[in-house]
Amino acid sequence: MGGGTEAMTAPVTTATEESIRGDGYIAAVDTRTASLRAVYIIWYRDLLRYWRDRWRLVASLAQPLLFLLVFGSGLSSALGGGFGRGSGLSYIQFMYPGIIGMAILFTAIFGAMSIVWDREFGFLKEVLVAPIDRWAVAVGKSLGGTTQAMIQGLILLVLAPLVGVKLNLLTIVELIPLAAVLAFGLASFGVMIASMMKSLQGFQVVMNFLMMPMFFLSGALFPLANLPGWMTVLTRLDPASYGIDPIRRVVLAGSGAPSAYGLTLFGHLLTVPTEASITLAFGAVMLLVAVVMFERRD
Amino acid sequence: MTETVIEARGLVKSYGDIEAVRGIDLEVRAGEIFGFLGPNGAGKSTTISMLCTLLTPTAGSAKVAGIDVVRDPSAVRRRIGLVFQDPSLDDQLTGRENLEFHAFVYGVPAADRRRRIDEMLALLQLSDRAGSLVKTYSGGMKRRLEIARGMLHQPQVLFLDEPTLGLDPQTRQSIWTHLNGLRANRGVTIFMTTHYMDEAEYCDRIAIIDRGQIVALGTPDELKKKVGGDVVVITSSQPDAAAAEIKRMLRVEATRDDGTLRMEVRDGKAFVPRLVRELTAPVETVSMHRPSLDDVFLKLTGHAIREEEASSGDRNRAMARRWAAGRRR
Repeated sequence: MGGGTEAMTAPVTTATEESIRGDGYIAAVDTRTASLRAVYIIWYRDLLRYWRDRWRLVASLAQPLLFLLVFGSGLSSALGGGFGRGSGLSYIQFMYPGIIGMAILFTAIFGAMSIVWDREFGFLKEVLVAPIDRWAVAVGKSLGGTTQAMIQGLILLVLAPLVGVKLNLLTIVELIPLAAVLAFGLASFGVMIASMMKSLQGFQVVMNFLMMPMFFLSGALFPLANLPGWMTVLTRLDPASYGIDPIRRVVLAGSGAPSAYGLTLFGHLLTVPTEASITLAFGAVMLLVAVVMFERRD
Repeated sequence: MTETVIEARGLVKSYGDIEAVRGIDLEVRAGEIFGFLGPNGAGKSTTISMLCTLLTPTAGSAKVAGIDVVRDPSAVRRRIGLVFQDPSLDDQLTGRENLEFHAFVYGVPAADRRRRIDEMLALLQLSDRAGSLVKTYSGGMKRRLEIARGMLHQPQVLFLDEPTLGLDPQTRQSIWTHLNGLRANRGVTIFMTTHYMDEAEYCDRIAIIDRGQIVALGTPDELKKKVGGDVVVITSSQPDAAAAEIKRMLRVEATRDDGTLRMEVRDGKAFVPRLVRELTAPVETVSMHRPSLDDVFLKLTGHAIREEEASSGDRNRAMARRWAAGRRR
């Protein structure tokens, strides 16, 4: 609140000074608990709206489905069954976890668009004038986007039998945190961009400019090995790469996928926990930037 | 009930070289309905924003509910309710959900939440539509919901920035009935801005603001007494000639406002026949009325508040605001 130092240097009598500082301290504690409640309700509102907007839910599944069925089936036939270094995996099987990642990527980033939307339609004002800390807004929004994206990604697991991928309960249990981590990284990235954006159009332009390259370079559509040097660099700079690879490893584990799919960095094969940590750290940094951006604005 | 709830001393807000608010002093007492009246661009919204801690004053100080707005904005915000000029509801949620969101963010205790929401919905006659999505509400219902929301955390002061802007007269009337009800019922102090003169009549006290300064402050009756006697208005095809004649022959100063001339006279009934008899310039219409706040405003500032001007100004300002907001963010 920044009022503390002012109160201390202000030329006032001791009694007044104490009462001001006393009130300030109580206010700080009040504001902190209010902020935690605010994180919850901001998150809850996002989910409520997500759940209410069934069409968006259906529409956002259409795109991954289209990719999987048309693009995936087409390329599977063209490439034949032996895709992926004699693993016996078809292209559609290889691509399937990538499409889960794609659903997470798109949902997380479009989820953040609601911030710009709220700003345009005035609701953000109601949140920003509330007696809460600004970080609560960024955190609530990020967690809201994370949850939506995670659900959207996990829904696609029902398609596993269709593409011939075997899943078991353990795989699904392992997948939940991995989907959450990827969703968190990308949702926070979206919130960070949204915190700097003024208009819906601006956000859409920037997102389209970033989202497609992020998707193409993430390893969702092809293995990130034996690529030209410049492309290898770009794929390793893409935060989505570190989130999609572990999902692929876990999803395809039961289908005889070779571990060789694992992402390498400077020639070292990354473990799933390392990849998850990288994604998590990326999300944390993005969220931090978003918090700073929210706090800076008047 | 003479406790001071809002106190401003020498409040100034400038943007670069432009001084939007140029030193405002005022005191608002507990339980009052205080109106801030002035044309658009006079500094009403800027002043209310400073009192609500949304803008930091360039100079001067203000206390709301006994708390300094610069030193502890959060504490001030917990004690005030806000109804903005522009809509700020989530229209994808129901009325009740909007209130629930607010209750959470403002830390209304869980045990009281439901009861208070029900009470406010009933008070503003929204109970039967509480479960409908806000996007199905009329303009007046949305406003009432915003007022209900602003009152939910039991603020000491409810700030409303042009709460009746863009509403039809009937709806405006009902908003006023509700505001009066809230004051009677909850003892809340109401501070509002408006550029509708007729609405200012509902206020206990009014501050008239023009070009960033308060030019008059008092009850509507006190202010009207500043204009003596009756107001006579004539229209003429040669207003300048008529004004000169009136001054020469009747010794009355007429203020020109487009094609109309206004003059304050002690006894209108005796004045009008003389005027008609002695004036050689063509007179098209003559009317006479008791002083209204419009007359007060005209007398104090030398210009009228015109609604049509105001509304186009609003549109421009709304656009400019959106643009400015966009640039800032």
